[in-house]
Amino acid sequence: MENIIEFQNVSFRYESDTDTPLPRVIEGLNFTVHRGEFVAVLGHNGSGKSTLAKLCNAILLPEEGRVLVDGMDTAEESLKYDIRQTVGMVFQNPDNQIVATIVEEDVAFGPENLGVEPQEIRRRVDDALRAVEMYEFREKEPHRLSGGQKQRVAIAGIIAMRPDCIVLDEPTAMLDPRGRAEVLKTIRRLNREQGITIVLITHFMDEAVRAGRVVVMDDGKILMDGTPRAVFSHVAQLKQVGLDVPQAAELADALNREGWGLPEDILTVEECVDALATALKPTGKGPQATAT
Amino acid sequence: MLSNITIGQYYPTKSVLHRMDARMKVILTAAFIVLIFLANRVASMALVLTFLGITVALSRVPLKMILRGLKAVVIIVLLTAVLNLFYVREGRTLVDVWVIHITTQGVYTAVFMAVRIMALIVSSSLLTYTTTPTNLTDGLERLLSPLRHLRVPVHDIAMMMTIALRFIPTLIDEVGRIMNAQKARGADLETGNLFQRAKALVPIFIPLFISAFRRAYELAFAMDCRCYRGGEGRTRMKQMKLALRDIVALLILAAVLAGVITINHFLPPVM
Repeated sequence: MENIIEFQNVSFRYESDTDTPLPRVIEGLNFTVHRGEFVAVLGHNGSGKSTLAKLCNAILLPEEGRVLVDGMDTAEESLKYDIRQTVGMVFQNPDNQIVATIVEEDVAFGPENLGVEPQEIRRRVDDALRAVEMYEFREKEPHRLSGGQKQRVAIAGIIAMRPDCIVLDEPTAMLDPRGRAEVLKTIRRLNREQGITIVLITHFMDEAVRAGRVVVMDDGKILMDGTPRAVFSHVAQLKQVGLDVPQAAELADALNREGWGLPEDILTVEECVDALATALKPTGKGPQATAT
Repeated sequence: MLSNITIGQYYPTKSVLHRMDARMKVILTAAFIVLIFLANRVASMALVLTFLGITVALSRVPLKMILRGLKAVVIIVLLTAVLNLFYVREGRTLVDVWVIHITTQGVYTAVFMAVRIMALIVSSSLLTYTTTPTNLTDGLERLLSPLRHLRVPVHDIAMMMTIALRFIPTLIDEVGRIMNAQKARGADLETGNLFQRAKALVPIFIPLFISAFRRAYELAFAMDCRCYRGGEGRTRMKQMKLALRDIVALLILAAVLAGVITINHFLPPVM
């Protein structure tokens, strides 16, 4: 598969105000994202996951190693805008990434910067607003929208630049549950219907469950990398690095430690219910499963 | 808390004035202000005021809103009128008691100045009532864009204006939140003399400034990510096009101008 983002042995540290250099936030990281993937990056605060995001589109440059975006080296100054057009970025606080006073004008901001023709901008803006289901709000003022709506406008602003990949740095951290659901639904649909590669940086486990691949970061390194099922079956290890596990997985793990013998890779509530129903099924004797 | 405020003093109606090109409105407002000062005969002033009256009616902005703008300048209008009344010495004397010396010329000047200031305020507030701040900023950017050859950063100024407008409601919300947070911690913002109250605002403004700087930093990141690199090579989605109504408005104003000049030419000056 084609690589859209490729980290080759990347190390990074922030500049220090004093003479003593700060410790490295990212240490010898190798990481690839394939075109069309939906990758969730998990990690608790300070694990380096936000830094990883900013390294993806040349906001930060690696101290050692290389970051390649669609084959372009982010350290190459002349490719900076091509890289940012390929990998768009959505941040945590929607208020601080909306520039214009009208929704559609904000969505137009990116394509305007790229020097796209006016009629083409109009087309892209309408497409982008429909893709995030905010078309009917196109003439509203952003400050009258809810958090989830604002974040979807911010996503539309990125889509209008026609990126191949979107990196979202904790896009739901400041939203209420409904806003979170709206944003996640939008992200999943963009991945599925438009084939846009998604890198979702989050600390919510339930958001990672629906991803195609989960990467767990700890202390600037990649601790685990695999399907949600494979990753969330390592309950003890995840807890050790300060992460939660989806409740269903945690319950199954606790029961298994008591010797229940449930499947190792339970993720969702439905799967957990099914597994428990099977385990509790009357084998002639024993309690009747009356859960309906 | 104040999330429903409207920025600026835009008053939305679907009038023809609202639909006019912002650039044309700015030009015509400027031209109209020149007209106000050009009209120095009773007849020409009447013509100018009639034109203004029709424009106000066309805008469908309630008269109450228009008059509200005048309230702020009542003192200036009265002061100018009174000063002119007492200090102009030319013309036939009307009153001559003790130090008070009022002449016909003084009365004319006083009335004309008062009318001019009020017409000035009404016409310029009509511009802001009928044009959204965004359109106004855009229109000004485009009108002033030739100045960039003189190294005036027109685009950057317009971008700053836009961002300021965008963040006004956000920061108002923030002030509300900070005030509540400080009140919850026992801050007293309502009592005490002026000095004490001013001092009580310090714990409001320090967090506000810190937060504003943090927002500016994040916004700069986001703009960088969206390939913003100044006005160079930038296109705009919304093109401003002059419509027939803009040309018609221009012609009407030109006719009023011609009328004023003709009247001024044939009638003797009143002052």
